[in-house]
Amino acid sequence: MDKASTPKFSLRTRPTSEKLVDFGFKNIVVAMASMVAVVLFSIFAVVYYESTESISRYGLRFLFSSAWNPVTDEYGAFTAIYGTLLTSIASLLIAIPLGVGTAIFITENIIPEYIRNVIGIMVELLAAIPSVVLGLWAVFIMEPFIRPFLNIIYEVFGFIPFFSTQPLGAGMLPAILILVVMILPIITSISKDSLNQVPSKLRQAAYGIGASRWTTIFKVIIPAAISGITGGVLLALGRAMGETMAVTMIIGNSNNFSWSIFAPSYTISSMLANQFGEADGSQVSSLMYAALILMILTLLVNVFAQWIVKKLSLKY
Amino acid sequence: MNYTSQKSLIYNPTLTRNIGNKALTFISAIFAIISVLPLILVISYVLIKGGSYINLDTLILEPEPPGDDLLSAGGIGPAITGTFIMSVIASIISIPVGVGGGIYLAEYSKSGKFAKFIRFGSNVLAGVPSIIAGVFIYAIIVSTKILFGSMFSGIAGGISLSILMLPTIIKTTDEALKLVPNDMRRAAFGVGASKFTMITNITLPAAFSSISTGVLLALARAAGETAPLIFTALFSRYYITSFDDLFYEMGSLSVLIYNFALEPYEAQNQLAWAASFILVVVLLSLNVLSRWIGTLGTFSKKRV
Repeated sequence: MDKASTPKFSLRTRPTSEKLVDFGFKNIVVAMASMVAVVLFSIFAVVYYESTESISRYGLRFLFSSAWNPVTDEYGAFTAIYGTLLTSIASLLIAIPLGVGTAIFITENIIPEYIRNVIGIMVELLAAIPSVVLGLWAVFIMEPFIRPFLNIIYEVFGFIPFFSTQPLGAGMLPAILILVVMILPIITSISKDSLNQVPSKLRQAAYGIGASRWTTIFKVIIPAAISGITGGVLLALGRAMGETMAVTMIIGNSNNFSWSIFAPSYTISSMLANQFGEADGSQVSSLMYAALILMILTLLVNVFAQWIVKKLSLKY
Repeated sequence: MNYTSQKSLIYNPTLTRNIGNKALTFISAIFAIISVLPLILVISYVLIKGGSYINLDTLILEPEPPGDDLLSAGGIGPAITGTFIMSVIASIISIPVGVGGGIYLAEYSKSGKFAKFIRFGSNVLAGVPSIIAGVFIYAIIVSTKILFGSMFSGIAGGISLSILMLPTIIKTTDEALKLVPNDMRRAAFGVGASKFTMITNITLPAAFSSISTGVLLALARAAGETAPLIFTALFSRYYITSFDDLFYEMGSLSVLIYNFALEPYEAQNQLAWAASFILVVVLLSLNVLSRWIGTLGTFSKKRV
């Protein structure tokens, strides 16, 4: 037999069925990827559409009024917006040093590796505890525990507007503290990742010219990791703004505006959680307006976070 | 010429820089302890306090209406099954969509404009507060009564949870597939595999452990979510008995904790602690499991 007539190998032509499967599969995954965009846009569209009634009626006045009266149909979200911004920014200010400090502690060679790993895992497990459980803990354990201390602050510094209400349980400060617990894992784990990515040659060079450990950390390592840390902080800010359950359980849910951080207050998300179930008519529309504001706030923070990570990242 | 420094090279603990160094190390250690403290406190309270209320009755019975019976509040059985059912519904929706989207990003359009936009979009979607997902589902499913005329339903709850799972699954699938070496793709094409075969037989199995890590983490986050459920699934005290019950209000552990924690009755508060115990144990086991699966990965970030 002629060898050439029965070739062992041939160029395979792809059967039509195979082409169809390939084509179909690609389109299916494209459709699935598009779902992200579809969901995102429809969330915006739906929340905007539902709030148009309230937007056209109140306009920007909604942002600066504390009225919330379903009987007279007069709504304003100033207390909730103030509460959202104050609780999230205050909790961020407490959580940044704690989180970044912890991240430094577990990335630099201060303690043996297994202790570092244990701390790292524990902080990340903290993120796995549901918000509602943290709220339960805050209501029954944390708040009664800290109340005597807050009372001392009230008695001594009560003349300052920020401490001018007697702490009687739920209020802004416990909400801030529970938010710190909730955003710590985010800041810590993202800072840890970005500190770990700093090339060890930078450290060696700094030590080589006689820098001490903390000079190295402040002057070399943190500037090198700043983009990741900032991104993590902004992500945490977004999370703190949208955080609902623990805050709703502990903040007291009152629409009366007060400068005092011991007074009960509202955040946008706690207002939604608290009122949405029973709301109807123009109250729903006003709540949707508040939801829209919350969405825009968190969206701005998130987009800014992504932008800053791109802008600030140093290239090695 | 004398080049030797006048200063001694021997470590001198009284120097300002050395004292400062010690002090800062000490402060960072304190910060680390403060950061770990809440976990230890929360876990110990939930395990001890919640664990002491766990018995067969609590696990199986239906909860009593608040204030009806001050000594026995019933149990959390329907809430456990409700959380399970809604998590399953959320997984059924979000796993195929998320993995499919991830496959598109990693295998078809690695750095195209559309892929970049979808990556950006999933980051944004991950940052959307969970309560907004609930508001959204409320507006399109609950208030329109689109599901056979019923309002609050377990299905709506599941759908709102799936929105929260979607970005995590897309991202982890994308990352996991990107870690699979290109040589494996070339090898598959080299022996004449079609792209579909290559993906389903080579890259997906290779990335399987990393993808399942992401799915488990997303599931753990969704199962503990409360905010979207309070106005999509609402709450029910009864077991579901038939398929139709999926279209009606459904209880879940997290909403049970929220509702009963704020009740003035001791018996209800105890149920909230018991539910927290179950929820925390399940979620922490899911997390540990996902970590363990992650270590089995064929391609970890360190090795490639």
